[in-house]
Amino acid sequence: MVSPAEDVKLRVVADRSKCMGAGMCALNAPEVFDQDEDEGLVVVLEPEPSAEHRYAVRDAVNLCPASALRFEKDEA
Amino acid sequence: MTLADQSTEVLAVPASRGACPFDPPPAYDQAREQNPVSRVQLFDGSSVWMLTRHQDIRTALQDHRLSADGTKPGFPFLSPGRRQLGTQSASFIRMDDPEHARLRRMLTSDFIIKRVEALRPQVKAIAADLLDTMTRGKNHADLVTEFAFPLPSLVICLLLGVPYEDHGYFQKQSHILLSAGSSAEQVRVARDDLNGYIKNLAEAKRDHDDEDIISRLIHRDELTPDEIATMGTLLLVAGHETTANMTSLSILTLLRNPDQLKRLREDPGLIRGAVEEMLRYLSIIHQGLARTAVEDLEIGGQRIRAGEGVLLMINAANRDHEAFPDADAVDVGRDARRHLAFGFGVHQCLGQPLARAELQIALDVLINGLPNLRLAAPFEDIPFRDDMLVYGVHSLPIAW
Ligand code: HEM
Ligand code: SF4
Repeated sequence: MVSPAEDVKLRVVADRSKCMGAGMCALNAPEVFDQDEDEGLVVVLEPEPSAEHRYAVRDAVNLCPASALRFEKDEA
Repeated sequence: MTLADQSTEVLAVPASRGACPFDPPPAYDQAREQNPVSRVQLFDGSSVWMLTRHQDIRTALQDHRLSADGTKPGFPFLSPGRRQLGTQSASFIRMDDPEHARLRRMLTSDFIIKRVEALRPQVKAIAADLLDTMTRGKNHADLVTEFAFPLPSLVICLLLGVPYEDHGYFQKQSHILLSAGSSAEQVRVARDDLNGYIKNLAEAKRDHDDEDIISRLIHRDELTPDEIATMGTLLLVAGHETTANMTSLSILTLLRNPDQLKRLREDPGLIRGAVEEMLRYLSIIHQGLARTAVEDLEIGGQRIRAGEGVLLMINAANRDHEAFPDADAVDVGRDARRHLAFGFGVHQCLGQPLARAELQIALDVLINGLPNLRLAAPFEDIPFRDDMLVYGVHSLPIAW
């Protein structure tokens, strides 16, 4: 699991081909994830989440049932 | 099954319940602590794997080598009626990807968070109306028939475009589909009947431009009338029995845990978390999610071979102390979001945003609208639904 520490630059990546539209991401980190109206699949609103949203994003990554979300890390 | 097997005391599932009707059968708890991937025996004498740990079940539900297709070899069924239910035109809940994904994605946009949020005022109005009708001129009622079933039934009817006047009919069919005691023939007749009912409804919608789900499916021209009928039946049945039983059982749980009820009344901000805790604590699918291995795999250190069935006891997983500290206690303030009450993996409940909204609204309306809410029968006399696929209570006498 990636630590959401603030000194690390994190990018959140969604794989829409895996998404099943259960909405756990949009429910738990609404500032960062949404679902599109046509297909109901994940849309990333904030690909490099600010520090205040990182814990919510970490929860969303762990709660996604379809493993459609992941963090990518760049050392800042 | 051989005589040798019989003598080695393989646990028969569903196992019997212990002293507390809210708790999983003690044998599942024991398996989780001592033998988390174990062999259990089904009604027909065949044996399958039973998973009980939170981590193992989470992993298993994401593993594509475990199939949800009831027609695949080894798929476990708990009764002849269930075998019929899981093999006869069961729509995408009993399919694997890519076909499962193709069908499910025709419905995902209907249940996204935004749509469900927009629906809240309507659900609230329906709940307020039901409370009004239930309480008018009397001081006691059966919560199950007067509130818990009507609320999600009215909502799913609205979404699907099914006339609510027919609720007596579809609730009866649904009851047959989900009763452990139904024979294969009874299930077949009920399912054909319900599918025929939805097919006729869909046909009648072809010439109209309504916005409901069945109308949209028929205008998409991608599905056969049979596919629309099985999808509609899945939504209708899954969309009301589950939420209805969660509502009654949550109220009963809160009445039995007055300290938690008090906390919830004092701090309305707890309601969302409390619903997650109720889902965790109660689980309601008590007889396991079913899968069968289509390739060999290993779970929890145990080798499972292609063609072997697996039952995933989410009620045991939701009481796993490794996932939830003090797991057998109800605590409306805990973070219970990792519960597996909606399953996990690609089949995780499609209707969960709706179920959450309905439960949050139902609990709010009932506990705050009825400050003097109480049980109107001795707890020992409440009839629990051990005979049904979805756990709950058959009736819940309340007073206020
Ligand atoms: C508290 C209420 C509910 C509970 C506890 C619940 C539970 C579940 C569970 C455990 C599954 C996964 C089954 C499996 O993996 O084998 C599931 C799937 C499903 N549920 Fe729910 N459900 C609820 C409410 C609803 C509602 C309100 C709807 C519809 C409006 C719904 C529609 C579905 C559908 C269509 C599936 C199949 C998804 C798939 O196979 O991809 N459920 N539900
Ligand atoms: S939680 Fe996962 S599966 Fe669900 S909508 Fe978000 S990305 Fe898709």
